[in-house]
Amino acid sequence: MSHTFTSIRTSTSSQTVGIGSRLRVDGLSVRFQISGVAPDRATVHAVTDARFEVRQGECLALVGESGCGKSVMAHALLGLLPANAEVTGAARLETDGAEPVDLVGAPEAVLARRVRGRMIGLVPQSPAAHLTPVRTARAQLAEALRELGRPAGSDDLAALARRVGLRPADLDLYPHQLSGGMAQRVANALALAGDPWLIVADEPTTGLDRPLVQTIVSELRRLTDEGRAVLLITHDLRAAEQVADRVAVMYAGRIVSLTSAAEFFARPRHPYAAGLLDALPSRRFTPIPGHPPELTMLPAGCAFRPRCHRATAACERLPEPDEVACHHPLEHHVVR
Amino acid sequence: MLFAEGSPAEGLRADGITVAYDRRRVLDGTSLTVRPGIVTGLAGPSGCGKSTLARVLAMLLRPAAGRLTVDGTEVRRWRHRADLRTRVALIFQQPRLAVDPRFTLLDVIVEPLLAAGRPAADAIAHGERLADEMSLTADLLTRRRHEVSDGQLQRACVARALALRPRYVICDEMTTMLDASTQAHLVARLESYRQETGAGVLAVTHDTDLLARWCEAGAVHHLPAPDGTSLVR
Repeated sequence: MSHTFTSIRTSTSSQTVGIGSRLRVDGLSVRFQISGVAPDRATVHAVTDARFEVRQGECLALVGESGCGKSVMAHALLGLLPANAEVTGAARLETDGAEPVDLVGAPEAVLARRVRGRMIGLVPQSPAAHLTPVRTARAQLAEALRELGRPAGSDDLAALARRVGLRPADLDLYPHQLSGGMAQRVANALALAGDPWLIVADEPTTGLDRPLVQTIVSELRRLTDEGRAVLLITHDLRAAEQVADRVAVMYAGRIVSLTSAAEFFARPRHPYAAGLLDALPSRRFTPIPGHPPELTMLPAGCAFRPRCHRATAACERLPEPDEVACHHPLEHHVVR
Repeated sequence: MLFAEGSPAEGLRADGITVAYDRRRVLDGTSLTVRPGIVTGLAGPSGCGKSTLARVLAMLLRPAAGRLTVDGTEVRRWRHRADLRTRVALIFQQPRLAVDPRFTLLDVIVEPLLAAGRPAADAIAHGERLADEMSLTADLLTRRRHEVSDGQLQRACVARALALRPRYVICDEMTTMLDASTQAHLVARLESYRQETGAGVLAVTHDTDLLARWCEAGAVHHLPAPDGTSLVR
């Protein structure tokens, strides 16, 4: 029952447009205050003390169960959280040849004029829903370019369409006339319109069939190999396996494991990472017992403790944030 | 078979089903049988009509042509056939679109029991048992759709689907939106239900790993891709 995926990673460093830019996230936390509930349940600990780095030319996959804080992280980086969110820590965007920007403290004007679209491009979940239904792809792309201060003629639009795998004539279609794959390419074109070096892809493969997933995964890898940095947020481990260089595993708002993709898929050391992989139909197909904890009522210490077969009294203390944040990491987990 | 009432379980049969939306024909003379006691697979690319066929099998969509029979009884009137309708349950891909936003999770699970005329106290006790079998804890049962995760909501939808002990369960991309652990949990619950009751399961999915792992060997149907004339690429 084992499936081997052909890796589509290629070494195309010659195309790389510069490797100096990086995103450094250091101690990022996001809290939401909710009203109308008991005070001990009023704080949602959506993201806690996240630390990672993504450089140009690499793809980092952020994986975890639904509700673990993955998408909140993406929105925090883009400054798109609702007003009741409290963000602390730092997320520095260090762009080659430009002043670094701390995404956490930056005023909206800076995010709008310098960051979104120009430094960070978002590949959204369900691109068909992301497009305006009453306007053609061309009109939306032209608007994006105009707003980015790059008014474009039809030749530029055609070039951008070709770059994402569309025929220029396809741009004259309305969103309902686009297949899922084409809508995804239009969304990619919008994300790339301002030539950002960091791409944040938020669950780009959810609900799509495998050939389409394959197309998107190849596209993300191509963007990485062009020298962009790609942060892929997904619960689709098979998609992550094909594209990621490193894998960060998020559980109850914390990154509990951050290792190379090769190590994550072949020798996961965090018990939660091993549990996720064992649940795949191509592997043991056994669920992790229990539920993720409520983000309003996190247990003290390691949040995975109530579901972990290796938990001991030591786990009541929070493990050090490390490559593998666990008191009892697995030595040789046999993955089947 | 272990179902008390009605005719013996002979299968849920669709014969020569044709469905068109506007002028676009999505199914053209398609036939499929969901046999009791086994897991049948239904695969195919996006847009090939998998979900449409699932809706026909669940008697939610009347086809333009073709026959549907439930354990030998042909479905003729497509309304008000509770005795046939309750033999088939459907689990949808997106639980958020399949649940009334005003309902608590317990309301969701209990609704079919109340609709079938069970006394309220009895229905609630039964609903709580069903929830427990899905590992939904008591604190979750008082919450509404927007207060739970996709995985928790889909667990409630599975409990709802099994409430009236259907003979056939149609899982239309039931786990596509969910993480691997929740997927394994939901499939394990359906497997225990199938083994306990001899129900037939139709797994509609494009996930080849899942089909290979879950479905009876040789019982996977593949619908062809939609033809190029009716869809833009």
